[in-house]
Parts: sequence; C-alpha cells; structure tokens
Amino acid sequence: MNEIVISARNLTKHYRVGGGTLAGQGKVVRAVDGVTLDIRERETFALVGESGCGKTTLGRIMLRLQEPSGGQISYRGQDITALDDAGMRALRKKLQIVFQDPYASLNPRMRIEDILAEPLRTHGYGSAEVIRDRCAELLDMVGLRHTYLRNYPHQFSGGQRQRIGIARALANKPDFVVCDESVSALDVSIQAQVLNLLSDLQDELKLTYFFITHDLSVVRQFADRVGVMFLGRLVEVGRTEDIFAGPLHPYTMLLISAVPRADPRQRTRERPLMTGEIPSPMNLPPGCRFHTRCPFAKDICRTHDPDLQDMGQGRAVACHFPLNS
Amino acid sequence: MANPSGNVLSVRELRTEFRGGRGNVRVLDDISFDVGRGRIVGLVGESGSGKSMTALSLMGLVPKPQGQVSAKSINLDGIELASISPDGLRQIRGRDMAMVFQEPMTSLNPVRKVWEQVGEPLRIHQGLGRRAIRDRVLEMFELVGIPEPKARLDAYPHQLSGGLRQRAMIAMGLICEPKLLIADEPTTALDVTTQAQILRLMQELRDRVGTSIIMITHDLGIIAEMCDEVNVMYAGQIVEQANVFDLFENPSHPYTRGLLASIPKSTESRIARRMPSIPGMVPNLARLPSGCRFRPRCTDAMAICQTREPAVTDLEKDHRARCWLHARQDAISQGEPL
Repeated sequence: MNEIVISARNLTKHYRVGGGTLAGQGKVVRAVDGVTLDIRERETFALVGESGCGKTTLGRIMLRLQEPSGGQISYRGQDITALDDAGMRALRKKLQIVFQDPYASLNPRMRIEDILAEPLRTHGYGSAEVIRDRCAELLDMVGLRHTYLRNYPHQFSGGQRQRIGIARALANKPDFVVCDESVSALDVSIQAQVLNLLSDLQDELKLTYFFITHDLSVVRQFADRVGVMFLGRLVEVGRTEDIFAGPLHPYTMLLISAVPRADPRQRTRERPLMTGEIPSPMNLPPGCRFHTRCPFAKDICRTHDPDLQDMGQGRAVACHFPLNS
Repeated sequence: MANPSGNVLSVRELRTEFRGGRGNVRVLDDISFDVGRGRIVGLVGESGSGKSMTALSLMGLVPKPQGQVSAKSINLDGIELASISPDGLRQIRGRDMAMVFQEPMTSLNPVRKVWEQVGEPLRIHQGLGRRAIRDRVLEMFELVGIPEPKARLDAYPHQLSGGLRQRAMIAMGLICEPKLLIADEPTTALDVTTQAQILRLMQELRDRVGTSIIMITHDLGIIAEMCDEVNVMYAGQIVEQANVFDLFENPSHPYTRGLLASIPKSTESRIARRMPSIPGMVPNLARLPSGCRFRPRCTDAMAICQTREPAVTDLEKDHRARCWLHARQDAISQGEPL
C-alpha cells in the first residue's frame, strides 16, 4: 500500500459565535468535530457532504490555512500542527489548493504571468528567466497557449480560469492538492475537460488529491476513496465502488438516492426522501447527529453518539445499525 | 397561427436582440416550442445558451430599450402575448404565468414578512384584503409542505432555510393558480437532498393542480427525472426537440450526444476515468461562426456545415433537430415547432 501523505487525528474546529463580553458565553459552532483520516500517496480522496457540513473547513485546516481547535495533522509522518510560520511556509510548496470560484480566486489586475510567477518568487524558484520559462511550461501543462501569459483573467472563460488556478497551484511542484469544489462552477462539457486534465496531471506528477465536492456523480467517476461528512463528522469512509454499490450509513444511502439519474426509464418517484431540516451545528441533537432525519432511528440513536468503526476492507461507518449488514 | 388545442403555450419564431456598441447581438434566434396542458417541458443547455433569456422574453422582463423581443406568435392559452401592451402583460404576469427564480434569497425582499410577499399577487390581481390574503397564503404554505406553516407566516426570509425559501417562492408562483409556471434553475442553489424534495413537490403540484411547467436547467438528470418534452438549446437556438424518452434513447444532434456523453455514468466506475468531453467552448454570440453554430466543436462537421445554417429536420413525430446530418429534402420542417 502507498505511503500515507496526510494524516489527521481527531481534528476539530470550533467557532465561537455571538455572546461577546456582555452576554457572557457565546454559542459554539462545531464545524469540524473529531475527524480522523489518512490520505495515501497518489490517491484521489473525495470528501462529500451538503453545505454547512464542514467539508471546506476540514480542507482548510488540513493545510493549516486555518488553525484547528484541536487534534493533529501530519505530513509524511511529520507533525505539522505545531510547526512555526517559517517551517510551515517551507512546506507550503508541497501542500496546495485549487479554489471553487475561478472568478474570485484570480486577481483581476494581475497578468497571468504574474499570477503564476508569484508563488515561484515567494519560494525562490530561480532567476527571472527561469521563472518565466516555468510559467510558460505551466500554461502548456494545463493546455493553454503561452501567448496568454500577457493577458488578464477577465479575458478568459470559466474553464480557462480554472486551468490557470490549477497551474498556479502546481507551480512549486506540490504533492498534495486540495481541490475545493474546483469543477462545481463549470458547465458539464467543460467540467469533463477539467477533470480529464486533473486526472492526467495526477499521473504525470504523482499527485495526491483531496477532492471536496457536493456532486456525487463527479465523485463516482473521479475518486478512489470517498468520505461522507455530516455536521462536522465523517459518517462513512470507503472505496468509491463499495460505497456506491452498498452504502452502510443511512445518510450516504439517502444522499446517493437523491441524485437525479440521467435516464428517464429509471425515474424513481418511490425512492426514499429525507424528511425534515438539517439540525444546526450550533445546537446538535443528543445521540447520533443524524437521528432526527434518519428513517431507521431507534432508541439508542437518540442517546448514544456512534463512533466511526472499522468494518474491514478499508470501510468505516458511524452508525449503530449499518445497512446491508 | 392558431393555438392548437391542448397547448397552454405556443411560441413561434421568438427572437431577442440586444443593442450594443458594435451592433446588435441576437441572443435568441428562431425559438419555437409548445407546452401542453399539465406537461413539464424542459429547456436544457449550458451557460449562455439562452435558457433564461427565453423565460425573460416570455415574461416580458427583458430590459428595454437595449433588449428587443419579437415573435411571430406567443400564444398563452388564447391570449396573444407577441403584440400585447405593457399594461396587458402586467395583468397576465403573476396571474396566468408566473416564474420561480434560481436564488430564493435574492428574489425575496429581506425586510418584509414572507406572507406579505407570497400574497402580493393576490393583492395586485384579485384586490383581496389582508385577512383573506393571509388565509390563502396559509393554505399555500400547507400545499407546498412548509412545516409549521402558521408560525412561518410572520417570518422574514433570513429566518427560513434555502429549501423553505424556495418552497415559499413556489407558493408565490402558484398562488393565483397560473396556467404556466416557469421555473428557472429552481434547485441549483440547493443541496441534493433538498433538491429531491423540491422536485418531488413540483411533480405533485403538476399532478394535483394540473399546472404546466417550463423547467429550465443545465442538469440532464433533472430533465430525465421531471420532463415530458425537452428542448436542447445551444448558442441562442433550440437545436433538438423531442419527447424525453426519444431524446435520451436516440439523441440526434451532435451537441445533445456530447452533453449526454459527458455526464458521469452511474454504471461506469472510475476505471473508465477519462470522460468524454466536448472540445472547445460556447461561441461568442457577437461573433458566431459561419454556417452551423456548433460546427467548430462538432466531430461530425461536413463541408455544408461551414457555409449554411442547418435547416430544422423532422426525424420522427415530435422529434426535430437543427443539423445537416439529418437533413433530407422531404423532411425539412415547414415552420412548425422548433
């Protein structure tokens, strides 16, 4: 089995909201609430879940773009949680991120060559000439002509901008890349082009992807392993084929069945629908945090919070009564 | 052209142009389609294909004077909208034809209570008093499945979740029992489980109330799940029009084929990791290529595609495509739908 690149142990991120000095103790949002996870070299690990489940926060604290409230992150065996700024800066070359919104993540006043050169200069990649060559090489790599180096972001389409965002992330030859909803804003035909590009780059450059998305159809096609997140917790982890073939957690099952299928002969008007509203992460229910929406909840689910338990063959689930077992 | 019986809406040769510094840009060209009574008809395409512009043109919401809408006919259940006055259209909008927008947060006024907004069409079109409006809004909240409807009447939009806001928007759209509801990406901003609930709600409303719906989406999964007929749009035109089963089983326009191929398939695992994609990108409407608009991205392009705009061809009953691959002299459509 490949070496572990990133390892998270019991990561948490709690935000204090409201309160202030007069009102005394504010409330706490448990955005990430105890996540343990290993990501192996050259795999694509997809993190799925609905808005507000904490997937973006988890991606950011794994790179220490935000500081975790608790827990530990290691990169290739080295604990990076306590690393000082200088140590972390040196490591940033290896840990990169591609953002969701290709319109908001590129500075509209910078030319493409400056956007790409910035991380290279920051990390002392080489002389001005070496950097210029590298920028041209990066554009080549993501399938854009290097005559574009003098252009500004507004002159590009959404798909092309996302290619530029990818080129920037790859500038310093990282080995772990977080893709946070990186294809979600793109039209389906362009989405396929960018996913193919990410796939080729992974093979060429031996990249490891942490792929954050709400889109299960992309996950199915693109990921080796999947983690399903609900209200700050991982509720299920496993190989993509296994998860889609037989989800163990009721939430995973409902999530998969909610995706409309592009086949009118398979209309699923009888399929189970999730009822009710997602509880607030400020005010979690006792017991299993999914029990208020779970069609199979029993008494123990209302009182005892299930741990993520190993089910063998790389699968884990946090449920008192896993499905299909 | 008379409105064939059974159609709530018949659109013929709708064109919308915008005036720009460098001449006019035609954003919709020769749009013709029908919506049958109680049917759900899809408009599908990528960004910039003209789906939303079609809805805005039908609703008379294209900004003037930059935008100019013209049509041979837009017949809404016997009323000709192509030649109607702005006042006449105001009578119809919200009463006979209503629209649900993509972003429920930006389409609700944040400083007014939800019931007042949802009930506003009743005040405008039926002149009802506050008491009567409040009662009717409560009924609508029950119909669209808003939990604790009574308590929600006096809520402000920010106090509702995205799914509840979209239910409230649908309640507003349906409150005057319109003949036609235009839903423009109604679930795009919602999570997948909430999306499933809203789509189910729209199907149930169609079944129970008989509302005809135009469903605008970029998601072929939603089309397959919801629609009876489908119009595929590309660069301001309808390029294929078919019954939903024909479209998915026998896609005829290369663009439709490309779109269907680029959806990640449920049957394939990632062993087939390379996804088919359509090369290139959507053309700039101000600088359309010669001949067929899809030609630069088309893998089946022939010599004629370079020089002449393709004619609309009838492939079989109610299945048409705007593509030279299928053009036979005897089958070139005589100006009927598409």
